[in-house]
Amino acid sequence: MEINFDQSIPIYLQIIDEIKRLVATGTLQPGDKLPSQRDLAAELKVNANTVQRAYREMELLGLVETLRGQGTFVCDDHQIVESTRKEMLTNLVNDFLQSMRSLGCSEQEILKRVGDGLFEDREVKDR
Amino acid sequence: MIDSERVVVIEGLRKRYPGVNALAGIDLTLSRGEIWGLLGPNGSGKSTLLKCLVGLVRPDAGRIEICQEPFSRRAKANIAFVPEVDNLYRWMTVQETMDFIAAFYDDWQPQRAKELLDFMRLDPKSKVSTLSKGMKARLKLTLALARKAPLVLLDEPLSGIDPSSRDRIVEGIVRQFKSEEQTMVLSTHAVGETERLFDSVIFLEEGRVRLVGSAEDLRMEYGKSINDLFKEVYA
Repeated sequence: MEINFDQSIPIYLQIIDEIKRLVATGTLQPGDKLPSQRDLAAELKVNANTVQRAYREMELLGLVETLRGQGTFVCDDHQIVESTRKEMLTNLVNDFLQSMRSLGCSEQEILKRVGDGLFEDREVKDR
Repeated sequence: MIDSERVVVIEGLRKRYPGVNALAGIDLTLSRGEIWGLLGPNGSGKSTLLKCLVGLVRPDAGRIEICQEPFSRRAKANIAFVPEVDNLYRWMTVQETMDFIAAFYDDWQPQRAKELLDFMRLDPKSKVSTLSKGMKARLKLTLALARKAPLVLLDEPLSGIDPSSRDRIVEGIVRQFKSEEQTMVLSTHAVGETERLFDSVIFLEEGRVRLVGSAEDLRMEYGKSINDLFKEVYA
């Protein structure tokens, strides 16, 4: 796992986001084992307590489960892939809308821009 | 915080050198299981504070308690201290250095020492005089972490160290620090490259505590990295 940390945001939140992304994209599948906390801490060069906090939060979110003596696993439930993906999409759209509005875009302008963007994107690909 | 979790208690600590107020009244309580970043520009009192904790500097006033014991020579057995200065004997080999230090401490763990040497990619047969600055820094950290000391103090362990040694040292600390039983204080003025190691940070300025808190909480509260906060505090 590799994370390009933004050190102005709590590190444990960024670890959770990255694992969510791996789940949403199917890189990590339900039932897959996560690295041990210490291994991940060493790999990311972050404090082991930070990784522990990320794992604990993800347990509370129902994203992973820790089996005593065996390690931490992505919950063996295929619904979490879809729900994590949906959550990420919602966040992306919300962030996008907020940025567009802060630049003074009306709803209509946002829709038009997205439409234009998709059209241009298709043109580039068809070329 | 229950008492057994208070590894270091400092109250009203003061130290004056001619013309300099090195420590101007420090109050701090460090809890067990955390890696503390002791941050501040040169001359802010970081080294003096660490030296007071190990008894290398006698404070003018104040009280220090380590592992619930008032400071004494006996309390020093609870501390593994890595000074910034080169304290190794040049004529010894790496192995001889290890054996020499092991003889001083009851809490030396031979198996752990071997693993650490391996991890740090140090050859036991190398002469200390042939080691680069980075390799010496790796050896000094190995000597500290091979002990089972409840309190580990590292004075500027990364200053002037090449990137590959720095990575090894940071990874060594992450892997080998035992948060169930140890507490670590790491002083540095290079905050950007070390801030992800810290549970909590202490900002020192002119011998006083300017700011203290959990690194993640400070990021959340200020929306800034510890490094940016550091630059702002000392601007």
